[in-house]
Amino acid sequence: MLDKSLQGLLPKSFLDWFAMRGWAPRSHQLELLAHAEAGRSTLLIAPTGAGKTLAGFLPSLVELAAAPSRRPRLHTIYVSPLKALSVDVARNLEIPVAEMGLPVRIETRTGDTSASKRQRQRRDPPDILLTTPEQIALLLASPDAATLFADLKRIVLDELHALVLSKRGDLMALDLARLRRLAPGVQTVGLSATVREPDELRTYLTRRADPPAALVVAPEGAAAHITMLDTSERLPWAGHGARHAIGEIYAEIKAANLTLLFVNTRFQAEQLFWDLWRINVDNLPIALHHGSLDVGQRRKVEAAMADGRLKAVVATATLDLGVDWGDVDLCINVGAPKGASRLIQRIGRANHRLDEPSRAILVPANRFEVLECIAAIRAAEEGAQDTPVPRTGALDVLAQHILGMACAAPFAADDLYDEVVDAAPYADLERDEFDKALDFVAHGGYALRAYDRFAKIRQGRDGCWRVSNGRIAQQYRMNVGTIVEAAMLKVRLVRARGAATASRSTPVGRGGRMLGEIEEGFLETLLPGDTFIFAGEVLCLEAIVDNEALCSRSASDTPKIPSYAGGKFPLSTYLAAQVRAMAADPRGWALPEQVGHWLDLQRERSALPPKDAMLVETFPRGGRHYLVAYAFEGRLAHQTLGMLLTRRMERARLRPLGFVANDYALAVWSVHDVSARIAKGAVTLDELFAQDMLGDDLEAWLDESSLMKRTFRLCATIAGLIERRHPGREKTGRQMTVSTNLVYDVLRRHEPDHLLLRAARADAATGLLDLKRLGELLWRIRGRIIHKPLIRISPLAVPIMLEIGREPVHGEAEDAILADAADVLVGEAFAADAVGTELG
Amino acid sequence: MHTHVHVAGVDLLADVFGALFHEADRVLLVADLHLEKGSSLARRGMLLPPYDTAATLAKLTLLVARYTPRHVVALGDSFHDREGAARLRAPDRDVLLNLMRGRDWIWLAGNHDPTPPEGLGGVTAEEWRLGPLTLRHEPTMGAARGEIAGHLHPVAIVAGTAGAVRRKCFVSDGARCIMPAFGAYAGGLNFRHAAFAGLLTAGRRVAHALGRDRIYAVPEHRCLAGA
Repeated sequence: MLDKSLQGLLPKSFLDWFAMRGWAPRSHQLELLAHAEAGRSTLLIAPTGAGKTLAGFLPSLVELAAAPSRRPRLHTIYVSPLKALSVDVARNLEIPVAEMGLPVRIETRTGDTSASKRQRQRRDPPDILLTTPEQIALLLASPDAATLFADLKRIVLDELHALVLSKRGDLMALDLARLRRLAPGVQTVGLSATVREPDELRTYLTRRADPPAALVVAPEGAAAHITMLDTSERLPWAGHGARHAIGEIYAEIKAANLTLLFVNTRFQAEQLFWDLWRINVDNLPIALHHGSLDVGQRRKVEAAMADGRLKAVVATATLDLGVDWGDVDLCINVGAPKGASRLIQRIGRANHRLDEPSRAILVPANRFEVLECIAAIRAAEEGAQDTPVPRTGALDVLAQHILGMACAAPFAADDLYDEVVDAAPYADLERDEFDKALDFVAHGGYALRAYDRFAKIRQGRDGCWRVSNGRIAQQYRMNVGTIVEAAMLKVRLVRARGAATASRSTPVGRGGRMLGEIEEGFLETLLPGDTFIFAGEVLCLEAIVDNEALCSRSASDTPKIPSYAGGKFPLSTYLAAQVRAMAADPRGWALPEQVGHWLDLQRERSALPPKDAMLVETFPRGGRHYLVAYAFEGRLAHQTLGMLLTRRMERARLRPLGFVANDYALAVWSVHDVSARIAKGAVTLDELFAQDMLGDDLEAWLDESSLMKRTFRLCATIAGLIERRHPGREKTGRQMTVSTNLVYDVLRRHEPDHLLLRAARADAATGLLDLKRLGELLWRIRGRIIHKPLIRISPLAVPIMLEIGREPVHGEAEDAILADAADVLVGEAFAADAVGTELG
Repeated sequence: MHTHVHVAGVDLLADVFGALFHEADRVLLVADLHLEKGSSLARRGMLLPPYDTAATLAKLTLLVARYTPRHVVALGDSFHDREGAARLRAPDRDVLLNLMRGRDWIWLAGNHDPTPPEGLGGVTAEEWRLGPLTLRHEPTMGAARGEIAGHLHPVAIVAGTAGAVRRKCFVSDGARCIMPAFGAYAGGLNFRHAAFAGLLTAGRRVAHALGRDRIYAVPEHRCLAGA
């Protein structure tokens, strides 16, 4: 089957090596070699375990083997989204290089690489450099970039399907455009998991003027064997923890060799780990792995896993993208996977041997998730994938890149513009917009030209832009990259304050062990004495001192503060459509009895949500009036809908009080009876859900929204308006810090059309607000709203109603929170008066 | 729009913009204007929107129109640095001079602006007495009743079911008061932070938080610690 002429592309030493290993070169590996020989960039789509990485490097190894006496010059760069991945790939690549005795030097370069080694690498570069997009940007911004990359032959981009979805992908695309200028003829190789529409990725890899990259698709491995846990327990209505099934999960772990348990968030990982250990009578070695844990702790778990010393690992996305971790024979996904592609990739990770089917079990945590899991399993069987949404290059990333290019060498605006539009995400960038970004970098881009004398880059007499001084270049280097970490506090274990009688002011010892880091935003909501789960223990917050949260071990085994358990990812469009179809016509699917019964009851009491229309129920409960809309568009779109809908209900004098959203539905409660108002014709649902809510209402709300402020902060940091927080440097930098919320308020009043505000709005629309999906929803349901006025809660409404009190409630105005807290004082004041009177 | 705050027995109006007004003597107090903070940071490569001085002065103009004070006392850090007054853009300078015209204007010295702002006039001083009240920039440890100061930029963080709200606030225990920072770019520090320790009587502190149109008096125990 293998083309003999392709075989001829491999030198004898390589063929011998394959034979020595007992392997044969795979056809996609050879095809890649053929394309490289023809000088073409290539996209390789292959499942995990198909020798994808070796395929990507094979052309470079063959070339380097043929030219042993090269000058020390960079030949190939490999870029991966994860530091850990580069290190691992380096290790795997060293094996064939050593065994074939190839004269090839391979090195890694990440944020962790020492300054001296980084300096040496610029002077005396390796043949193959394994690195991250941020490091490439840094290297390109240095004055010696032109020499360093002059002989570059190939750029290998791993996990391309994930990279292109983010601002990191925008940055990488801009860097690719620059690399093509410095090293004309450089080839790109993209490595990707299966995607539905590979053309997007092919275009990303090449210049606009060139044909898209060649496509090589490796055969799929054995289909995964995915089942859903058929629980004999009662299925919960709501929640994400799957605690009902913990015994059954434990039994599966016991029966398997090594189990990977995937969950969607760190909090879910903590909860599951905790629940498993509570019933771990056999003392099975079960470990925890997530991104907030101390690095040392994570490395220990990884090593123990590779050595086969563990029975199970509870993990989040940090392992999700990770590498080969030993002999995993079972993958359990707790909670719904939220997207079909994510499920397939996770399971792929769990088994790196292509010829054996991976075994995976999905554990739905509630009744809706049962529908979602069934849809995901069917999608995986059909090989259906969620379609990634192509990106328009972000303006904040462009601004960062422009400054970087000025740090490298003086440039003419015309040249840089031509280069930038060669980067796929920026292909449609207007010149005017580019000039605005240039203005922004130079003097802030404000209509009021107040900062010309403080300009960061200036145009010389030769018309070229150059960086104003060395300090600006230094600032660029400190702030490069598109990943802005949430403010984190270190969690340190200290001894408890002791007896409850100890006064609040007793100092807390500070010498304890570091457990990891946790978001400032979460800790802010805790009071000293509150308990929560972290690093597999129940901790009690003692105090926050500087940037450390001092916590003690709690004797309690039920944490007081429920972890925020909502999923990080919203339900994908593809799965949402499947779930909708299933809920509309449950008979066509083999549903578990409990779920079938639930939907039957719903049909009797109210109606099943139809496939192409939206069911809205209204009913009274506990003195309030509820409106539940089954939109099935994911949590983020529902939250935005909730914000806008409550504004509208406010205007219709329905007096809405708050709302909660999950992936399937939205529930709003109000003072007035919505059913009655609709019956009287005072208000219609078509009006309430009319598409024009995305107009003025949205604008008005966006400006005040804390989501918008958060988004603005990210854009301002990436664009270089404000500096990143560097751990340990906060104190000295205190005078430099300024609250981006204050900047946002001033900018939006004085220059609402500023580049950064437009960048933030664009991000909000695709990111946290999911306006695109909301727009599609409102369009889909025009004139197709089915209203069921009910006298009591329907079976389908139970899950979302149970979320009230678990998930954050939205729509409560900030001032209402203050008023609520202030009223207490009034109450106390009156109480004090009363006491006074009594005593008097 | 405003509420009454009692400091050492003196009745003051606390305005929702973050100023105090002594009605009987017609004295308006503002703290930490941090004028020209934007241009100060711009000198170091942080090109923040250059509208902060205009925004701060616009708010001050509204206050002056609202209360027509006879005296205005700025409690220090009126300019973000010593050269701030010299960097004022002409239109902003005109607005400020116009505000100062026809009333006594007292610039108290702050740590950012220990020297008088150049070419603006007004009186400069370290402290100012107002009946039993002493106005100064930095609150002093163990000071007597009646001190009103700025410097610390207090904010209160209040939790609700939708998340926490962070607002600038006056903090008072009835004997003394620390004012919120007035400047558009002046950030804040949680009044439960250690920097406030020992200045006011713990447990009796009340945060008068600046809401959208009114001030909310929130007792200390309803305010979160944290960052």
